[in-house]
Amino acid sequence: MMAGGLEFEKPLLELRNKIDELRKFAEERGFDFSDEIARLEAQYRQLETEMYSALTAAQKMHIARHHQRPTTLDFIQAIFTDFIELHGDRLFADDLAIVGGLAKLNGVPVTVIGHQRGKDTKDNIARFFGSPHPEGFRKALRLMRQADKFRRPIITFIDTKGAYPGDTAEERGQSEAIARNLLVMSTLRVPIVCVVIGEGGSGGALALGVGNRVLMLENAIYSVISPNGAASILWKDASRADEAAEAMKITAQDLHAFGIVEEVIPEPKGGAHRDPEGQAALVREAVWRHLQELMAMTPDELVEDRYRKFRSIGVIGSGGSDAPPDPPRKPKEPEAEEERAEPESAAGNAADESADASAAIESNAR
Amino acid sequence: MFKDLFHKKRYATIPAERPVKRDIPEGLMNKCPKCGNIQYSKELEKNLKVCTSCGYHFRLTARERIAMTMDDGLLHEFDADMQSGDPLGFPGYAAKLEQQKAKTGMNEAVVTGTGSIDGHPVVVGVMDFHFFTGSMGSVVGEKITRAIEYARDKRLPLILFSTSGGARMQESIFSLMQMAKTSAALARFSDEGGLYISVMTDPTTGGVTASFASLGDYNLAEPGALIGFAGRIVIEQTIRQKLPDNFQTAEFNLQHGQLDKVVHRKDMRTVLAKLLDMHSMRRAE
Repeated sequence: MMAGGLEFEKPLLELRNKIDELRKFAEERGFDFSDEIARLEAQYRQLETEMYSALTAAQKMHIARHHQRPTTLDFIQAIFTDFIELHGDRLFADDLAIVGGLAKLNGVPVTVIGHQRGKDTKDNIARFFGSPHPEGFRKALRLMRQADKFRRPIITFIDTKGAYPGDTAEERGQSEAIARNLLVMSTLRVPIVCVVIGEGGSGGALALGVGNRVLMLENAIYSVISPNGAASILWKDASRADEAAEAMKITAQDLHAFGIVEEVIPEPKGGAHRDPEGQAALVREAVWRHLQELMAMTPDELVEDRYRKFRSIGVIGSGGSDAPPDPPRKPKEPEAEEERAEPESAAGNAADESADASAAIESNAR
Repeated sequence: MFKDLFHKKRYATIPAERPVKRDIPEGLMNKCPKCGNIQYSKELEKNLKVCTSCGYHFRLTARERIAMTMDDGLLHEFDADMQSGDPLGFPGYAAKLEQQKAKTGMNEAVVTGTGSIDGHPVVVGVMDFHFFTGSMGSVVGEKITRAIEYARDKRLPLILFSTSGGARMQESIFSLMQMAKTSAALARFSDEGGLYISVMTDPTTGGVTASFASLGDYNLAEPGALIGFAGRIVIEQTIRQKLPDNFQTAEFNLQHGQLDKVVHRKDMRTVLAKLLDMHSMRRAE
């Protein structure tokens, strides 16, 4: 049960071993330790509940990165039927760090796309540990445009440390590939539901993340840079990743509180890898529920809904409430010259600035 | 149009000569970081801060860029007073923001506004690497988005001069989402026929390159500018190889099809004016 236990789960693992030993001893010798075993089992359950209900951001990060955690393909197999995988960006190559294709969800044809980590070392090398090159993002873009054409909803699974940081990726336009996905995803006229299933790292994650709804598994994380990367930049020490994980507020619960994530999907105790099938059922239920709501909307409403979601994100400390000035008039256009003789009121400006410095804190100002 | 007549005009005019504390100590002489050539600061200024010996383009402040790009060096600024919050309560962030403001005399890493170039009214955003390495947090994302929306609203061309170390870690998810916010705003602007010229200057990296900076109808860059997504050190660690010196330079990006043109600083205003002129027919409708 505790195979693949993490460092912080040790006390639980030790208690489990103790119970197992006692049981074995009792069986071999024919003693009756049932009271003692029951007492320890109760203690175990209590410890388990306490531990998993108060996981730190760093502990969640380790669960999100667990090598047995279900991947995109696991979820696709468990949630959808009739999956047909489609390959290639039609420009350069087929990037195995992103998988995608057609499938049915409760009988409805959808396009499904996600980052794909490897199952073992060899698989991980082939899939660049789930870190896409530009061709991966462009494959995703191609499939999303195809979905738009055929009016199919899009479901994405996000699970990457980030876009692949390599010379070939740079040469082929890693930045442009990510930027293009952000731009195009914001315009698609079909429902988009995104699920962060493991690690949502940086622009490589967001490139599949511009959805009407963004859901996160309970122990998944999502941040602007991997905690390891942040630690090495901020403190020149990548080993302080746990500390960076806390500071960056990367958990599903944090992001839900910020209003960036619409729903947190619960995980089995200890994480999704403890019960992949049960987990898939929970994901299917949540995705379907959101999808049904979105499928009732018109294409215009879907685009507007998505735009508003991302437009409203950001916390302004102060200022920014003044109306912008008019543009300068075009000297070449005679029409513009006839009006506006009044002098500029530039004098008020300096005063405005000092007044606004003490303005009340407002979020999403405008 | 008519209701404009009844509004008092409020131009927030920024004089180009506004005294600002410099990041670089104001000396009589200046040493080129590339070729080591020592030259008079005055001469360097006159040469638009391009090394008189090797052509190295020194990094500019936003004010300097505005002064040499806009007609009369003037930009009517938007949201000049907008300042960052500390949404995550990130250790040390609030203090660092104060320090950056004191150092640069700026409120954030981008200046946005409207003005004209060779008589063409435009909306302009200029990032400044000296403020928090030009990193993009909520305020940078919001100011750029508002500039895009303004350009869309007034049907004006948009020019963004980028320079950035990437998304601002201290605002984590909020910074990341600014990439989507700015790109989505550009999509709407573009769909309505808006003209957007992106000018990448040294250095433009990370989340800024991977969002609005790469989405121009025309992507220009200054010579020698570092432009890329991932940092050199991270890439070298990943591929376990030394990268060539020219890796991620503007010229490297041009060669790999990522840029339309590398434009010398002395020609930038002319090239921008030409591009604006070639799109001015649509504006007259």
